[in-house]
Amino acid sequence: MPQALEIIKKQIGEDEWDEPYYVNMGPQHPATHGVLRLFLELDGEYITHCDPIIGYLHRGIEKLGETFTYSQNIVLTDRLDYIASAANNVGYCLAVEKLMGLEVPRRAQILRVIVCEMARIASHLLWLATHALDIGAMTVFLYCFRDREWLLNIYEEICGARLTHTYPCIGGVRLDFTPHIIEELYKFTEEFPNRIPEYETLIDVNRIWLKRTKGVGVISGEKAVNLGLTGPSLRGSGVRYDLRKTVPYLIYDELDFEMAVEYEGDVYARYRVRMKEMRESNKIIRQCLDKLAECEGEPVIAENAPGLFMPFDKPKRPQAAPHPKKVYLIKGVEVPVVPEGDVYVATEVPKGELGFYLVSDGAGHPWRMRIRAPSFVHISAIPDLCKGQMVADIIAVIGSIDIVLGECDR
Amino acid sequence: MLAIEMLKENFPDEIIEEGESAGQPYVVVKKEKIVEILKFLHEKPELLFDHLADLTAVDWLGKKTPRFEVVYNLFSIRNRELLRVKAQVSEEDPRIDSVTSVWKVANWFEREVYDMFGIIFNGHPDLRRLIMPENWQGHPLRKDHPLAVEGESEWQDYKELKERVREFAQYDWYHRIPQGQKDVTESPAGEQEETNATSA
Amino acid sequence: MDVQGAYNAANHFLLKYLGISLFKALIVVVIALLHVAYITYVERKVIGRMQQRLGPNRVGPRGLLQPIADVLKLITKEDIIPSSVDSRWVFIIAPFISLVAGATSLAVLPIWEHFVVTNVNASLLVVLAMSSLSSFGVILAGWASNSRYSFLGGLRAGAQVVSYEIAMALSLVGVMMLAGSMNLVEIVKAQIASPFKIYAIPQIIGFFVFMIAAIAETNRTPFDLPEAETELVAGYFVEYSGIRFALFYLAEYFGMVVMSMLAVVCFLGGWYGPFDIPGIPMFWFLLKLYFLIFFYIWVRATLPRYRYDQLMGLGWKVLIPLSLLNIVITGFIKILV
Repeated sequence: MPQALEIIKKQIGEDEWDEPYYVNMGPQHPATHGVLRLFLELDGEYITHCDPIIGYLHRGIEKLGETFTYSQNIVLTDRLDYIASAANNVGYCLAVEKLMGLEVPRRAQILRVIVCEMARIASHLLWLATHALDIGAMTVFLYCFRDREWLLNIYEEICGARLTHTYPCIGGVRLDFTPHIIEELYKFTEEFPNRIPEYETLIDVNRIWLKRTKGVGVISGEKAVNLGLTGPSLRGSGVRYDLRKTVPYLIYDELDFEMAVEYEGDVYARYRVRMKEMRESNKIIRQCLDKLAECEGEPVIAENAPGLFMPFDKPKRPQAAPHPKKVYLIKGVEVPVVPEGDVYVATEVPKGELGFYLVSDGAGHPWRMRIRAPSFVHISAIPDLCKGQMVADIIAVIGSIDIVLGECDR
Repeated sequence: MLAIEMLKENFPDEIIEEGESAGQPYVVVKKEKIVEILKFLHEKPELLFDHLADLTAVDWLGKKTPRFEVVYNLFSIRNRELLRVKAQVSEEDPRIDSVTSVWKVANWFEREVYDMFGIIFNGHPDLRRLIMPENWQGHPLRKDHPLAVEGESEWQDYKELKERVREFAQYDWYHRIPQGQKDVTESPAGEQEETNATSA
Repeated sequence: MDVQGAYNAANHFLLKYLGISLFKALIVVVIALLHVAYITYVERKVIGRMQQRLGPNRVGPRGLLQPIADVLKLITKEDIIPSSVDSRWVFIIAPFISLVAGATSLAVLPIWEHFVVTNVNASLLVVLAMSSLSSFGVILAGWASNSRYSFLGGLRAGAQVVSYEIAMALSLVGVMMLAGSMNLVEIVKAQIASPFKIYAIPQIIGFFVFMIAAIAETNRTPFDLPEAETELVAGYFVEYSGIRFALFYLAEYFGMVVMSMLAVVCFLGGWYGPFDIPGIPMFWFLLKLYFLIFFYIWVRATLPRYRYDQLMGLGWKVLIPLSLLNIVITGFIKILV
C-alpha cells in the first residue's frame, strides 16, 4: 500500500520516520467479518494508525441497478446484507412504492414487519455469535447458531429461501403465511425470551468479557452523529435515533416497543443495545401475529401493483383496472413504469440506517440507484474508534459495530 | 419548509430551484458556496441538520446540463426533517468543495463519489480511490462507462493475472520446473490426452 | 580388573541404569503420546457436548480413530518452508525444542512411588526449567518465521512466560517449605500429614495461583494470546504446516499434561487416595490427572480471551503479590505449628 505509506509519512514528517511496525490485517482474516482489509501501523501492541481498505467484494450493484428493471432490483438488494436480506428488500420496496405513490395493503405491511423483525433477530444472533467468538468465547457462537437456524427454517417455509429471500415485492409481499408458519412463529416468540438469558449468563457476568468490552472503543454521541454512525452503534452512545420511532414507516407507529438506548458509548453499551433490541423485536413479532389474526384473508398485494418480475403463480388479487402505464421490456414480463422524480427512503435495518436514493427518469428502470449502506459508514469510522487502542481491541470494535462487507462494497 | 425559507433569505443568489419530489423537499444550489450553505444548515440552532444521511452524485448525461449533480441528503434528528440539497457540477470543471470540515462522515462518501464519478473534492484530506483498484481507468458509475470490456481495454491487473494463470498452468509442479525448460522429447501420448481432456 | 570384569561391570551398569531408564522412558513417552492424541479427541468431544453439537464421529466407532487419522493426514502433508524465513534451521528446530522440552519433564514426574524414570534430587526445578524452555521454542518460531503475525505472537509468548513463570515458581515455594524437599516423590509423601492427604487445603492460595499460571504457561484459553486466532490468525505457528505444525500442537498438549501432573503431585497428593485400589497403584493419580485435564477443557469452552495488557496486569499485580503473601503465611504456619 505505497499510497497509504506516503500519506502517513507526510502526516508525521520525514525526520521522525522510524519504520513503524506494519501489519496487514485481512482481506483473509478470521476476525474481519468478510474481506475487510485493515492496514495497521503499530507501536508495540498499540495502534497508531489504521487505514481500512475495502472493495474486495465490489459487485457493482449500483451500476447493475441502472440496467435492471425496478422489480428485478429486489434480487440485488438481497445481496447487500445477506444476513438480514428481508430488511433490505423491504427498504427497497418502500422506496419504489413511495416514488410510485402506491398504497400497500395492511396485511402485507404486517407481514413485512414480521420478516423485518425476524431478520433483526437473526442478524443480531449472528452478530453476537461472531462478536463473542472474536473475543474468545466460543460456546456462545454455537448457541446462537442453534436459534438462528430455527429462524432460517421459518424463512424457508415462508418463501423457500434461507438467505436471499426476495419475499416482499413492489406493492406487497409475494405470498401469504400459512397457518403452520404462524403456529411456528408463536412457538418461537414463546421460547426465544428464555434463550436470551442463556447467552447472557455465559458472557454478561463474565469478568473477562466486561474487561474486554467496557471502556473500549468509546465514542460520544455528538461525535458518533458526526461520523454518521446509525442503528445500535449510535444508540449505544445515547442518541435517541431509531427510524422505526423517529420516522415511523409500515405499521411501526401502532406497535408498542421501546427504543433501546445505552449511554456509555463503548463496546459493552453497543452489546447491551443489541440484546435489548432482540427482546423488543420478539415483542413486535408477537404483536404483529395478533394483528395478523384481525385481517385474516385480506389481500397481501396492492390492487394496482405492477407485475411481478417472475412469471410464476401470481398471488390472488382482485381484478382491477390495469396500471395506467405498462411497458413490456422483455416479452411476457410486465415492467412497472415509475414517474419522474427522486426519493430517499431510509429504513432501520439491523446494522443501522439503510437508505435507498432512487432517481427515476420515467422509464422502466432507475436512472440511478444509490444505496446508503450502514456498514460502509461504520467501516469509515473504524480509524476514529480504535486510535490508541490495542490490537485485541480492534477486533472487539469491529465486532461491536457489526459490519457486513457485502453491504459495504455493494 | 422553514429550512428552504431561511436558505432563500441568507443565500438568495445561490438557490437555483426548489421543489418537492414524492413528498420530500429539495433545493438545487450553485456549487460555489456549498460548504457555507451546508454549514448554515448544520449549525443554525432552529434547523440543526446534524445527520448527513447520504452524499452521492447523479450523472445526467444526455438529460441535463450541467452534467453532474452532487446530492446531499440531510436529516435533522431533533426536528425529524429530511432535506435534499443538490449542487450542480459541470463536466468541464468537475470540482466542488469538500464538506469534511462539517461532517467527518463525508470523508468516505466523497472518496466514493470521486472513485465512481470522477468529481474532485477541493480540500479533501485523503482523496484517493476507495472501492475500485488504484490503477482503474475511468469512473464506473458515469453513464458513458462501458458495462463490460474485452481485449485491450481490460483492467491491467486482470490481464497480468490471466498471464500468470497461463504460466502456472504450464508449470510442472512435480519436477518444479517451468514447462518451457523441460525436455520436449516427452511422449506425445500425454499431450494427446491433454488435448482430449480440454476438448472434452 | 580383567576384561571380563570390566565387561560385566559395564553390562551391569547399562542394565541397571541405562537399560531400565530407557525402558521406563519409552513406556512413559508412549503412554504420554497416546494420552496426548486422545486428549485432542476428548477435548473435541467434550467441547462439542458443551456446545450442543456432536464432535468427531466419522472415523471409526464414535470417531475414536480420529486422532490417528489426523496424525496420518499431517504426516503425509507437504512440508512447506516459506522462502522468506529468517533462519531456515531455527525454523526447523523450533517445534522440536518446544516438544522435547515438554516431554523431558515427564522424566522426573512420579506417577507412582516406584515409577519415576529418574528420581533426581531437585526434580521440581527440572520441571520448572523445562517448562520455560518450552516457550523458548515458541519465541524462536515466531522470530524465525519472519511474518508479522508470528513475530507478534512470539513477542507475546516471551512477555507472558517471563511474567507467569515467576508467579508459578513462587506459588510452588509454599509447597517446598511445607514438604521441606524439592524432590517430587518426597513432596507427595509429605502430603500424607496434611488434611485429606493433599496440600491444596493448606496451600489454597498457592494452588489457585498455580492453576492460573499453568494455563497461561501452556498458552491455552483464556491466556492463548500468542496464538490468538481471531487477532493473530494463529500467532507464532502461522507459517507452519504439516508435521511441524503437529509438533507445536503436540507440545501444547504435552505442556497441558505436564502441568496437570505437576499440580497433582504438588497439590493433590499424587497417588494417595481415600483408600487403596489393589492392583492399580496409580489409579488415584490418573483420576486426578484426568479431572484436571477436563478442567482445562472446561475453561476453554467457557471463558473469553484476555487482552495483552490485562494479562500482564493480572500476572504482576494479582498473582505475584498473592503468591508472595502465600509464602509469608506458609512461613508463619511453619513456625507456629
